[in-house]
This record gives sequence, structure tokens and C-alpha cells, in this order.
Amino acid sequence: MTLSPLRLKLLRDLRRLWAQALAIALVMAAGVATLVLGVGAHASLDRTRAAYYAENRFADLFADVTRAPCSLSVRIAAIDGVLAVQTRIARLALTRIDGMAEPGNAMLISSPGDDPAALNRLHLRLGRMPDPRASAEAVISEGFATAHALGPGDRFTVIMNGRARDILISGVALSPEYIYALGPGDMMPDERRFGIVWMSDKALAAAYDLEGAFSNVALKLAPGASEAAVIARLDDLLAPYGGTGAYGRKDQLSHAFLDAELQQLRGMSRVLPPIFLLVAAFLVNMTLARLVALEREQIGLLKAIGYGPLAIAGHYVEFVLAIAAFGIAIGFVAGAWLGAGLATLYARFFHFPFLIFSRDPSVYGIAALITLGAAVAGAANAVRSVAWLPPAVAMQPPAPVRYRRLFGDLFEAARFLRQSGVMVARHLLRWPLRTGASILGVALAGSVLVGSQWSSGSIDRMIDIAFFRSDRQDAMITFGEERPMAALHAAARLPGVMAAEPFRAVAARIGNGHVSRRVALMGKPEGDAELSRILGTDERPMSMPEDGVILSEALARILGVGIGDQVEVALLGGDRRHFTTPVSGISLGYLGLGAATSLEALGRMTGERGRVSGVHLALDPVRQADFFVTARKTPMTGFLSLLKVSLAKFRETLAENILIMVTVYTILGAIIAVGVVYNFARIALSEQGRELASLRVLGFTRAEVARILYAELAVVVLIAQPLGWLIGYGFAHAVVAAFSSELYRIPLVITRDVYATASLIVITSAIGSALLIRRRINRLDMIEVLKTRE
Amino acid sequence: MEDRAAPTGIDPPVFRVRGLSKLYRTGEIEVQALRGVDFQARTGEFIVILGPSGSGKSTFLNIVGGLDTATSGDVWFMDHELTRGGDAALTRYRRDHVGFVFQFYNLVPSLTARENVRLVTEIARRPMAPEEALAMVGLSDRMDHFPAQLSGGEQQRVAIARAIAKRPEVLLCDEPTGALDSHTGVKVLEALTDVNAAVGATTLVITHNVAIREIAHRVVRFANGTILSDEVNATRKAPAEVSW
Repeated sequence: MTLSPLRLKLLRDLRRLWAQALAIALVMAAGVATLVLGVGAHASLDRTRAAYYAENRFADLFADVTRAPCSLSVRIAAIDGVLAVQTRIARLALTRIDGMAEPGNAMLISSPGDDPAALNRLHLRLGRMPDPRASAEAVISEGFATAHALGPGDRFTVIMNGRARDILISGVALSPEYIYALGPGDMMPDERRFGIVWMSDKALAAAYDLEGAFSNVALKLAPGASEAAVIARLDDLLAPYGGTGAYGRKDQLSHAFLDAELQQLRGMSRVLPPIFLLVAAFLVNMTLARLVALEREQIGLLKAIGYGPLAIAGHYVEFVLAIAAFGIAIGFVAGAWLGAGLATLYARFFHFPFLIFSRDPSVYGIAALITLGAAVAGAANAVRSVAWLPPAVAMQPPAPVRYRRLFGDLFEAARFLRQSGVMVARHLLRWPLRTGASILGVALAGSVLVGSQWSSGSIDRMIDIAFFRSDRQDAMITFGEERPMAALHAAARLPGVMAAEPFRAVAARIGNGHVSRRVALMGKPEGDAELSRILGTDERPMSMPEDGVILSEALARILGVGIGDQVEVALLGGDRRHFTTPVSGISLGYLGLGAATSLEALGRMTGERGRVSGVHLALDPVRQADFFVTARKTPMTGFLSLLKVSLAKFRETLAENILIMVTVYTILGAIIAVGVVYNFARIALSEQGRELASLRVLGFTRAEVARILYAELAVVVLIAQPLGWLIGYGFAHAVVAAFSSELYRIPLVITRDVYATASLIVITSAIGSALLIRRRINRLDMIEVLKTRE
Repeated sequence: MEDRAAPTGIDPPVFRVRGLSKLYRTGEIEVQALRGVDFQARTGEFIVILGPSGSGKSTFLNIVGGLDTATSGDVWFMDHELTRGGDAALTRYRRDHVGFVFQFYNLVPSLTARENVRLVTEIARRPMAPEEALAMVGLSDRMDHFPAQLSGGEQQRVAIARAIAKRPEVLLCDEPTGALDSHTGVKVLEALTDVNAAVGATTLVITHNVAIREIAHRVVRFANGTILSDEVNATRKAPAEVSW
């Protein structure tokens, strides 16, 4: 088979321009890969979660009670819309594990066993379910097991109801209820310090004096059932038994955090990849248009020998399609590979038992279509201006460019500017649109770098606000149940405690009109708190009000209220009283929704004064070990949070997740930057090669000639930097907006080093490109330019 | 024509060329562009080089102009041996001593006539003012025009002004009238003879336009890579007296 001459020309053109073609293809590939990877990773996790929930019968509603008789479950099951009921015992306990100085925490829950009809079924990874008759056997959560290298047959100690019990591990499991295993009151998961322990219901009942009773219930709803109606009925049923208000998946800790994480991933995948793809498309369009425009004479020649405009247009469209097809293919492979890697990473972080990869063909189709469209449009645009000219005209160089003096005789006045400088300035100003497009192109390359790297500053700021300015305590003891104020003094006397501040947390629903949210209404001491402080929107610590509540910014916005407005408060525990109270202040907060008031005011609101739920503590680092030993033995300790320990762990986890994703996007952004700048440099050289060769003839040295081209590149690249920062800020803003959920709000803080890094990558790629084309400048053919017209 | 007398044998040679050969190799094809050319030119001489396409005249001009290198033989410019110099030495030579005029002018379109001349005077060692150079070619009133605003002849005269503004020892012109009609071509030739007389630069003009030979001191004919003939014109005509 012989190829047609045009096809041969196509292949040889591709070989001749391989470096530029490759750079363009890589830009396309980066755009395509981000879309495929971002959407793919998110869709994979979304589908995995849905499948996991369905397979393990994750419940729809949850409620805690102090102690309710098992017979109540029949009445609960009879509520309209309830499909299945699972009553359980759930209690927090401290653990003692070899090699860990500080006490760990465990959530003890009745094991659902092997019953296929049970809710929140476990996914056994190792071993077997606990023997229902054995009182000291348990299945433990995988993260906890891994953190301590525990497995079936190993033992550890749980302090149950004040008594240390030796537990034999029968198995290791995952649960849809604890995909994101966060301890109550903790701000981030710490698997070393928090584990889930599933034991036989009988053993738990015996330990906690709950024979014939339950402390937690999970419900599965019939499709189409009203969650709100079931919650209302359930709350009525549970109220006499110390119910603290039922809640749906939306308020279930693991689900809510997972939702927020997925939303972040979606933010990353729905905002950043389209930006990448469109930026890549724009650049490809511009680059190919200029590349094809350089072929003007060849197009004229083809016309002269009888090729029609359509055949010629077809030829150049084929040329760009070949590049695009290559770029798209690389993008598909890289995107699918990176997406799978990212999803695997997340699956491990979230403890999914399996991962369903999503290979949505429509994503691939959209990515390919946008890229092809941009490439073809770029080529068509350039061909159109030439392919329909009479061949004699097309073969001629375009009419000489009419330059004019710009800005009067500014250059004349600027005597210090050499003529080569005037050349650069006039050349850039002669085609303001093209220069503008070049600047925009380089700016976009920089902006995708800013848009993908911004998170570090934001996270540092969240950590700074959360851990160094508001929650500055070293430890937090949450009591098993509310205690009198005397507990504060007992805690303050524990060894190693330098300062103690009480708090009280009451489950409440705060609303305005038909909008309401379930929150923990916090009571804090009046006056200036030193450890756990509420910060105002001006970042200054706020005093707790004598009356009314302080709402976090996000909650106030959701409810649509401001300072002085009234909100309705429904307490979910105790006598479930309802009242209205004014909003006395708005606080800053990036995590969750919050409401706070003074302990005194909370006492009046609940009708029970002098009660506390726990204490915030400042510890003497030297005496920490003493503190841990004593705290573990103290019966009032229900749950112990160690904030600074968790923080270190959090940063570590973050490094593993967000940073890997950011790195992927940064590399792709850098590829775009390099591809764009290299092409600009090459095209500038093609467009000005003749002029530069003429200067060489006149006695300009290679370095002087290179400097002219470099000056032009430098002007474009430098002007592009601030513009790139600005656009990048916009991109980051869009990503942050998509990131934000009720659980997380991320402050947009772009530190100078992000801008600097972005500019460094762009400028480095510009310098690299300049060096790459230096060889071509050195080889400029002086004799050729003398023999030929432009 | 009124002009100073033809340079005599007493003047030192500006160029001494001995056994100059040039072999082009492109892939498997070899082209012998020059075969052992011997040549001399004296200060202030105006030499017209004639010859058909492919006769080697442009290759010759490129090598003596420092744009190309020889395969063998020696080329001396005054006391510089061009055939021994590398790219830097040749660049230096072009910058300090050679003025070029090309068939297609090769002006920088983004610079005005004055600025095109200044482009060269900025890097020259003992340049004349750009205005002076433009006055010599009769373009005092068109100095601030861009190339696109000038006719072909005017553009070529700007190129000449650019070439002479550095006060070069040699002025090398490759088909300077090739792209021009007869009337405009004469004006360009006048500019060339005028500056040759005024500046005293040794001028080599390549052309395949036989009519031009009459304005030269000497006529050199190239054919097949060698010099076929080298004749001194007994009487020179003024450019205005020739036509084609």
C-alpha cells in the first residue's frame, strides 16, 4: 500500500516537529488525565461506598439512650416506615495496650454476629465473630488492629465500668459504621488511640448492668419513608429512657466525614480538571493555530498544484488530530492509572473492604471531545485564513506588516533602549491580541499550579486556628456521663495537670423557621478561658455571654441569622425543653457547626446547673506519664482525647492524602507549563528566524541574537506571572467553594511560597525551553535568508 | 563619470584569495561550488561579478563576506586570514568590516529607516550618524518611515545606508537590483557608486544583469565554480547611462 503524498507529508511533518508535537500532546494529556483521574477517583469511591453500605446493611437512623428495655424494639419496629431494627449496647471505654503510655479509647458495641438480617454487619478480615457465650472475646476494627499489630489470638485490656478486663481477639473486621473512625469529641481520626471493639451483647450487658436493655438503636427505613417523621416518633418513644435525639446518616459521624471528604474530592475533580482541560484546550488551540499559520507558503503551493481548500484543510486537521489522538491516548492511560492509584489510596485510608473502579466511558468521551474540538478548531482557524486565498496570493508571504510608532515617540525618547529593544517592544505591541494570548497562555500555565497547590497554606491556617489559638489544651477528658462541678476539681488535682477548664456539651437542635441543625451546644466558663477558647470572626477570643448563644459563622449563615436575632433551641436530652434565645455573637470555625454559651446560661437553659461533661487540661510534659496512669484508673474518665498527639497524626495522614493528590496535580500543571512555554519559544523562533538570521549577517553575535528572542520571551513570561497568580487565586477560590461542606469550611490562604513555587516552575521551564532553542538559534541559516523572500 | 581614478596596483589588496574551493555535501549528493578560485581586490575598487545561476558567485561572496566557510584554500582580508577563523572571528569580521546589501533588502520590519541603520551603528566601532548615511542615499526625508511604507528601491537604499553606516572596508552586494525595475535599479546603483566614491569601501556587486558591468572598475565572470575572466573597464559609465 502506498501512502498518498499528503499523508507522507503529514508523517514527515510530525517527525520534523516531533518535539513541539510531543509538547502539545503532553499538554493535552495532562488536561485529559486530570479529568479522567479526578472524576474516576471520585466515582470509584462513591460507588464503592454505596455498594459497601448496601452489602453490609448500613442503617439509616441511629439513636442513643441511657437504658431502654429490649421490649421497646417491638414498638420501634411498628413505627410507620421502619423496615428493620437493631438494638445494641454501645459504651465508651479506656484501653490499656502494651507499648502505649497514654490510655487509648474504645467504642464497645454489641456484635451483630453472622446474622444476614442484622444492620451494620461487619466485614470480617481475619478470624471469626466473637462466641456469643464467651464473655471476653471481641472482634476489633482493622485500623486499630494494624496500629498495634494485633490479630486473632492476641489479648489487650479494656477498662469496662471501672474494671480492667482481659479481652481475647477473635477477629479483625471493618464496619460501614466506622469507615471514618472518629472518637467522640475528636477532631480527626487517630487509629492508634481509638478502636472499635465488637463483643457479644451478653458480655456487654453483664459488664454494664444492662441485661434486657439496650443503649443504642439503629434502624433501616423503607424506601420513601419520611426520615423526619420516624425521628419524631422514635424520639417520643425513647424520651422516657434518656434518649438524646435520633439522627440520620447526615449526622452520623463516619458518614458525615466521609461525605465531606467525598465532597472535597468532588471539589477537586469537578473544578480543577475542567479548568486543566480547558486551559490545555485553549493552549493547544493557540499553539496549533500559530503552527499552521507558519505553513502558509506550503498551503499556497498545495493550492497551486491543484489541491482544493477542503483537501488542504483536511490535511492540517489530520495533522492536529494525529497529535491530539496521541495526547488523548497518553491522557487516558495516565488518568486511569493515576485515578486507580488515588482511589486505592483513599480506599485504604477510609477502610473500604473492596474497591469498585469506575470507568465511566462518558468521562473519557467528554475529555476526548473537548481536546479534539480545541485542536481542530485551532487548526481550522489558521487554515481558513489561507486555504481560500488564490494560490498565487497564498504562496506570497503575507503583506508586509505595517508597524507604527506606538505611544508617540516613547521609544525615541528612551535613548537607553537599544534598537534590538525597540524591535522587541514593537513586535510585542504590534499584535496586542497575540501577545495578550501568549501572556494569558503562560499565566494559565502558572495559574493551574497555584490552583493545585494552594491547600498547604489553608491547612496550616486551619491547624493554627484550631489547635494553637482556640483549642490549646493538651488533653480533654470526657466523662461517661454529666457530673457535678466537683469533678472539675478532682480532675485539676490529677498529677501533672497545670490547669483545668470545665465544659458541658448538650445535644440540641437549633433552628430558625423551618431550617434547623443538630449541634452540640457547648457551655464554657465565663470570663477569659485560657485553654479552649471560642474565637470571634476577628480571631480574638470571645467572652461567653450571660444570656443567648454564640453561633459559628457557618451555622449562622445556614440559619440566616445575625447578632440580636432569635433562634429556636430544642434540647434533645433531659426534659427536651424548647425555648428561644438571642444570638449574642458569631464565632469563627472551620470544622463542623458550633454553638456555645456560658456554663451559667446553659445551666439556666437546661434547668440543671452546676453540671459538666468534661474538662480541658493543660499538662506538665514532664509528668505526663503519671497523668496517664492516674487518668486511666479514675472512673470518671470516659474518653481521653490528646489533641497534640492527634495533631501530629493528622498532619501525617494529610501528607499521605491531600499532598499526594496535590503532587499529582502539580506535576500535571508543570507539564502544561513546560509544554506551553516550549511551544511559545519554538513558534517565536519560527516567526522571527529570518529576521534573526539577517541580524547575524549584519554582525550580531549568536548571544546578541538569542538575547532578542529571549527578551521577548522574558517579557511575556514575566508579565504573565502576576496575572497567573490572580487567575490561580480565582481557581483556588472555586475549588475551596466546592470543598466546603457543613462539616468543613476551608479558609483560602495562599501563602507567598505557593505563588513563588508556581512562578519558579514556569520560569524554570521558560529557561529550559530557552536553552533548548539556543541550539536552533546557533544554527540559523544566514545564507538561506539572503536567497529567499520571506 | 566624475569619480576618483581607478585604484592602482600600488594600493594594498583588501582581499587575497588563493585556491578557494567549496564542496557542498547534502546526503549522498556532492556539489563542487568553487574549484580553486584565485582573486584579489584593492581598496576602493568597484567590482561587478557576473555569472549564470550556479556558477559559484554567491558562494564566493558568502565566503569572502564571512557567512560561509571554505573547504580548502585561503582567504585573507587585509591581515586577517578568514579561512582560519571560527564563528566568533567571522562574526567580528562581519560586524567591523563588512557591509551587506541583499536582493531582498532584509530590513527589520519593526524598525524605521533610521532605526534600521541605528541597529548597525550601535554595534559598530566607528560609525557615522544614521542620518548621514541616509542622506548619502538620498533618503533624508524618509528616515522615520517603516519598511512597509517605503518602495522597493527606497528599501534597498535603506539597506545600503545600513551597510555603509559602519564605514566598512568592504561592501558586498548580492543581486542588489534583482528585485527592482530598471528605473529604481539605476537609483540603487547610483547610491552604490556614490558611497563607493565617498567612503572608499571596496565594493563587490554580484549580478546576472550584464548591463551593470559598465559601471565597474573591474568585471569578474564566474562559470562552473571558477573565474572565467577578470577584465578592467577602460572607461566606466555612470549608472544613469545604463539601462536594461
